[in-house]
Amino acid sequence: MSGYWTGILTILSINIIMAYAVFLPVATGQLNLGGAGFQALGAYTAAFLSAAFGLNAWVTIPAAMAVGGLVSMAIAFPLLRTKGVYLVLATFALAEVIAGVILNTDALGGAMGLSVPDFLDYHVPLIAAVLVTLFVFYLMATRFGLTMRAAHDDDVVTDLLGVSVRGVRVAAFSLGGALAGLAGALYAHTFSFVDIQSFNASLSIYVLLYVLLGGTQTAFGPLFGAAFFTLLPEGLRVVMPELKTFIAAAFHQSGPLSPPDESWRFVILGVLTVLMMAFRPEGLITRSLIERLKPGRRTKRLDVAQEVSA
Amino acid sequence: MSGHETANILSLRNVTKSFGGLTVISDVSFDVPRGARMALIGPNGAGKTTVFNLISGFYQPSEGDILLEGKPIQQIPSRKRIGLGIARSFQNIRLMPHLSVIENVMLGQQANAGGLVDMLKPLSFFGHSAWRHEAEALLDEMELSSYPGEVVATLPYGVRKKIEVVRALAAKPRILLLDEPAAGLNGAETDNLTSFLKRLSATGITLLVVEHDMGLVRRLCDDAVVLNFGRKIYDGKTATVQDNPLVLEAYLGPRHAGTVKEGAADVA
Repeated sequence: MSGYWTGILTILSINIIMAYAVFLPVATGQLNLGGAGFQALGAYTAAFLSAAFGLNAWVTIPAAMAVGGLVSMAIAFPLLRTKGVYLVLATFALAEVIAGVILNTDALGGAMGLSVPDFLDYHVPLIAAVLVTLFVFYLMATRFGLTMRAAHDDDVVTDLLGVSVRGVRVAAFSLGGALAGLAGALYAHTFSFVDIQSFNASLSIYVLLYVLLGGTQTAFGPLFGAAFFTLLPEGLRVVMPELKTFIAAAFHQSGPLSPPDESWRFVILGVLTVLMMAFRPEGLITRSLIERLKPGRRTKRLDVAQEVSA
Repeated sequence: MSGHETANILSLRNVTKSFGGLTVISDVSFDVPRGARMALIGPNGAGKTTVFNLISGFYQPSEGDILLEGKPIQQIPSRKRIGLGIARSFQNIRLMPHLSVIENVMLGQQANAGGLVDMLKPLSFFGHSAWRHEAEALLDEMELSSYPGEVVATLPYGVRKKIEVVRALAAKPRILLLDEPAAGLNGAETDNLTSFLKRLSATGITLLVVEHDMGLVRRLCDDAVVLNFGRKIYDGKTATVQDNPLVLEAYLGPRHAGTVKEGAADVA
């Protein structure tokens, strides 16, 4: 495989893991706009252990997950007291604090970043992404997953039904933190270099977009959202010059054209994002969409109609 | 009313609930005998749902005690009360809209599934779990088995109303609080619900029902407590509730009450 495609595959794998990291709290009704901060924690944990102590990736990756998970758990208790837009701002601020601390710590390279000696190729993030996907699908099929989704829909009634809503939310937030730590460690070892600029606010926003636009009701949503938004810019890279030639031809112009500006890809991405928010506010993949795609639904519907009219 | 504490599954003792300066429940006491089918009725705003919220732990009483089998429970957090055997439905349906019918019912089983193993065992990954089979059997009993996988938000009102009762039952409660279970149901559906609740009662579950449909109340409930402006004005047999001048006054206003019946009160 060419370097270009292995690069895409690596990014895609890391983005899928990050999408699930943010999906877990979002599925319990807690928007997390601090994904990049937790990914930075994992990346710098792995990078530092690898650079300073020469530890290999099989040690640094679990360590990064532990740091991501434990820091999230410690922070979840005060953080999850806030709700709605305040929680979004709190998670956002937290990511900025993490970035600020890293930037001002000389042992972590400060603004220079850190080189990571132990290199992993794209196979490791790919396998990790597959395992994380299976894990989240499994988790959503358990009673724990059921209580997560219930807490999202109605936390008051979920509590009255005997669920510790706070416990479920803290657990989901911490698991998300561990997954973000994993994504960060994989980033560090596959790119062999970390600097804090790679974990900026726009990464947090993108990852949250993957989840919200992919759909928060099922584990299919983040997978689809991450894949769509990672591959779309690459697809547009191919399509855009063709499109420009086509438009030029429509206006009877020919001859060599300069390739279109890179930033147009992001204009299209932005327009698509707005359209999706307008037409699929619950995300592209919803429960009812999956239900509709299942065979035998039509007959089921008829049963309902009969029973109601009976 | 019976005098033995143990004969009553649930008792309210001088319960008062105020929100700031507004007192919505004022010095209310009544007993729910074990296995009873009791109605809690009264005009709009009388405080019926507030009583349910106090019993289920959504509110704390400002004064007084709520006793379950003689033991005060008002200090017990709301999420632990369902484990003690108190389950409820809601006046405005509070099902989880994005969960399917079967998932809502399985959520109702939560009170009996506390452990980590229960939490992390798949409910339906490869094949169906015991939890799921149990939930399906419950839906079957309520003649709701034809759409376990449907997402609740897409279903008609009457069906959702019934699912909420099933979800409360999934906790295997000893006392079931139903807040207007027949609201929005048509005549046939109400009849269905009445006979279902009678069968349920025959299995030993105590029912406390808030309901405006007096036909259902008369057919289902032997005993009734009437609230008006947060005070108890009647506590006795359902059969004689309409002869009570205070009740008539509460529903019809003082002038009419006097002309309809006088002195036929049988206040317990």
